[in-house]
Amino acid sequence: MAQSTRPKSLFEKVWDAHVVEPEGANSPAVLYIDLHLVHEVTSPQAFSELEARGLKVRRPDRTFATLDHSIPTLRPDAQGNRPYVTKQAEIQVHTLEQNAAKNGVRLFGYDAENRGVVHVIGPEMGLTQPGYTVVCGDSHTSTHGAFGCIAFGIGTSEVGHVLATQCLAQRKPKTMRITIDGKLQPGVTGKDVALTVIATLGFSGGTGYALEYAGPVIEALDMEGRMTVCNLSIEAGARCGMIAPDQKTVDWLRGRQYVPQGEAYDAAAAEWLKLKSDDGATFDKEIRIDGSAIEPMATWGTSPDQGAPIVKGVPVAANEDEERALKYMHFTGGEKREVEKVDVVFIGSCTNGRMADLRAAAEIFKGRKVAEGVRALVVPGSEWVRVEAEKEGLDKIFTEAGAEWRLPGCSMCIAMNGDFVLPGQLAVSTSNRNFEGRQGPGSRTVLASPATAAASAIAGHVADPRQFMALEEA
Amino acid sequence: MSNQEPVNSFSSRIVVLPEANIDTDQIIPARFLTTTTKAGLGKVAFNDWRYNADGSNKDFILNTIDPTEHRVLVAGNNLGCGSSREHAPWALMDYGFKAVISTEIADIFKSNSLKNGLVPIVVDQPTYDKLLKNPQQRVTVDLEKCALTLEDGTVFTFQVEEFARQCLLEGVDAMGWLQKRLPQIEAYEQSHGKAA
Ligand code: SF4
Repeated sequence: MAQSTRPKSLFEKVWDAHVVEPEGANSPAVLYIDLHLVHEVTSPQAFSELEARGLKVRRPDRTFATLDHSIPTLRPDAQGNRPYVTKQAEIQVHTLEQNAAKNGVRLFGYDAENRGVVHVIGPEMGLTQPGYTVVCGDSHTSTHGAFGCIAFGIGTSEVGHVLATQCLAQRKPKTMRITIDGKLQPGVTGKDVALTVIATLGFSGGTGYALEYAGPVIEALDMEGRMTVCNLSIEAGARCGMIAPDQKTVDWLRGRQYVPQGEAYDAAAAEWLKLKSDDGATFDKEIRIDGSAIEPMATWGTSPDQGAPIVKGVPVAANEDEERALKYMHFTGGEKREVEKVDVVFIGSCTNGRMADLRAAAEIFKGRKVAEGVRALVVPGSEWVRVEAEKEGLDKIFTEAGAEWRLPGCSMCIAMNGDFVLPGQLAVSTSNRNFEGRQGPGSRTVLASPATAAASAIAGHVADPRQFMALEEA
Repeated sequence: MSNQEPVNSFSSRIVVLPEANIDTDQIIPARFLTTTTKAGLGKVAFNDWRYNADGSNKDFILNTIDPTEHRVLVAGNNLGCGSSREHAPWALMDYGFKAVISTEIADIFKSNSLKNGLVPIVVDQPTYDKLLKNPQQRVTVDLEKCALTLEDGTVFTFQVEEFARQCLLEGVDAMGWLQKRLPQIEAYEQSHGKAA
């Protein structure tokens, strides 16, 4: 049985375990989906399609819905009315409520203690488990890859396919391993690692690949940092990104609502720990990055790969695309980041809206004030994060510093709920996309870590967070 | 099971947007995603490139051409990157496009386009340059032969994932194809301890 002893990559192991029907020259594989996460924006047309065909959700027990993209993050008024941005947004929320009820799908709605951004709540509740296939109609589904899952974003047609059959017709992507050697310097976070990876690969360097992140830097990251790294895989064009589960993964998931409990958990964990690339596994491509050289990063352009260490300043345009990007950002190229006056700071999203992110931001905000003229918004990734943060008093730190503390949601990451950046304003955001107008028409976005975003709020310009940190001398 | 018009061969003039990395946020900005249907999104295709804040038209090519005459969009490298929103191909199709051409087309956008009958065509640089040289030209897209014919007679053979191509040619969709496999899916669930 030479076949079965051939060394396999993590991706291949999980993929092979989910093939219902292998791919042929003229037909894709039928891939089984363990977990399907649904939200209000990319699901209504899929539910309509099912209804038009007289179908129901086939596996409501594997389908979970939440409200996150178009919901207000401001509190309801005394009568309980929510300040929706438009009537249409409210209709969209009610549409999901109705579709979920009709199909017996569990919806983490307004009353649920687990409502939140879809990629925050999946892991938080232990819905996401190592070795799973996870899909959602949102491109940052790759987040769940931090647990050794094949997790990827799908379009609305495919949402319909999974609702109806629990499967997808899929071609197997190529594999790429990204090994990050060395040790991160103090003050450098998972977000800085991710922005460095994207800057290295380029916007489409990952197109057609499933990424595996490995090496000592990845092993040393906490689960939140690993989620941030996997979350941004799509920004290099990759189908998904994954990290082998280890003891940290097992400890992080233990006791969560949907994982097996007690002895059953230990049995499951023993299986999970086998999910790693075998020695000698081959990849279609391998790259290595020196983690010790990574510094706090900030983007300077209009795609997430246009980023550089803050200390290096804004680069001079090397081609027409970069020129266009700099022009949109009102940068000339070659200047120091300190000259970039910041109007808005957004801390949140599925990239950086978890407890570890809020703690990192709070450490910088503590005892300091947001600079005059800066609007800072802190939006927890989920209800659970909100409650935990309030228990730790982080909300007080934020509000005392002069930042707004909101209810969970995608908020300014996608800017479709009424939270947005005004035309021409510069925002330092912990989210994942700095496209033209992503945070509102004419908005200019700098992507950075929660620490950098907080530091920029205090300084009033794009700032290296290390100046606000009590770092031991290296 | 058929849910869409079969796609085969058509001729049309092109329209060129030479910018690279046109992401799906440009094709349809997020604030229009609160819709619960697919209808009418052509109006907001490239909204922020087409209209000023007060709703008046900008000087932009999609405001001046006749969409029924220009059914092929030629765009710069890495078209359709970014958000996985299927609203992007819906908006382009509702505007009137039947094919998109670029030197590189992002994965999810490509797959979303194929599912809706918008033909994504990845061309090489020389072909792209020829398209740009004559940005009003008439081209023919033949999905049966996977051939893109330019006005000067150049024929470029493009690649489309075979399964998606067959689906488009026959007007069949993957949902029906998957449904036919429900017995295998059930067997998989039984043998892998995943039954409900
Ligand atoms: S926070 Fe942003 S990227 Fe994440 S799920 Fe929401 S809209 Fe998508």
